[in-house]
Amino acid sequence: MMDMSGWFMATGVLLVIFGFLAIGRTALGPTVPDRVVGLDTLNTYIVAAMIVFGAAYDSVIYVDIAIVYALLSFIATLFIARYLERGL
Amino acid sequence: MGSYIATMILSYLFYLFLTMGSGNIGLWSSSELLVGIPVAVIAGLAGGRIFGEYIPSSLLNPYRWCLFIYYLFVPFFTAMAKANIDVAMRVITGKINPGIVKIKTGLKKDMALTFLANSITLTPGTLSVDVDEEENDLYVHWIDVKDVTPEPRDVCGDFPEWARRIVE
Amino acid sequence: MSGLIALFLVIGIAFNCLGAIALYRFPDVYTRLHGATKATTFGSIFTSLGVIAYGFTKWAYTGEARFCVLAIHAIVALIALLLTNPTGAHAIAKAAHRSGVMPKRAVVDRLAEREGKW
Repeated sequence: MMDMSGWFMATGVLLVIFGFLAIGRTALGPTVPDRVVGLDTLNTYIVAAMIVFGAAYDSVIYVDIAIVYALLSFIATLFIARYLERGL
Repeated sequence: MGSYIATMILSYLFYLFLTMGSGNIGLWSSSELLVGIPVAVIAGLAGGRIFGEYIPSSLLNPYRWCLFIYYLFVPFFTAMAKANIDVAMRVITGKINPGIVKIKTGLKKDMALTFLANSITLTPGTLSVDVDEEENDLYVHWIDVKDVTPEPRDVCGDFPEWARRIVE
Repeated sequence: MSGLIALFLVIGIAFNCLGAIALYRFPDVYTRLHGATKATTFGSIFTSLGVIAYGFTKWAYTGEARFCVLAIHAIVALIALLLTNPTGAHAIAKAAHRSGVMPKRAVVDRLAEREGKW
């Protein structure tokens, strides 16, 4: 039978490494919107990695959390963007 | 009233979609079928007003859904693949010539404009930045400016036409 | 089938990698958004397609419902990602422009002209 969990695991680990690169952008800046871009990219990587880990461990709960995380991180991004525009 | 009930039914269908495969009445367990009803009623009461206000009635036409699915898989997906190869080239060569241009869309509904703005963001060389709310024009960040007062066709191809056909 | 899934995963990794490089390669926030949004969305579509294909194939082979559930939930997560990513990018771009970050090396800026800042 096909056993792909190694492939999925490697993909997930690489996605997490790209996530660290995005954190690097968040740390370097130089302007505040640059940091938000880093954060937004990090969120995308985390959601993608969670979906892949769900397949690697054969458990659906990872994917469920990925759905909730995607929606919540979207709200967080909108909130920060609104704050940048005109304050709280 | 109608929009509240439509929201409730849609929420219930979405709940069933998410809990598919949980038991043996069809695909669902009896507890999931029961718990879904109060959840759907609460969601309908909370969100019905917004749903009725922002979703135009023209979206209830199934022909538009088919058109939308065709759009998603053929013109949109090819444009997205092109966009990514374009971005790949620019990441490698570092050749950019950016600027923010204004394009006239001629769309009337907010929904169509949202649709167009999201399509523009994911397709070659363009990123929607702001909306002129009086005239429904879009300000687009274009990564390779060829013309400072462009026609919509030069920037985003057929997308305004598609947005009009699908939403309006 | 496992070859196809591996191909999906490799394409997805390649484009996601591109998105991470684009964050460092480009000079200002708007061009970074271009790279990050497009490449990561496209890459995530492919990694998720790998998971969806895996779920449905396993379901067809073993008949266990949980693999079908995995695939369906991956589809929902993918739709959530597809809807939220461009909207978030648009919100960041708008906020960046309104908070006074101008595009670097720009040849034209109609939005700043309207606001009288060019």
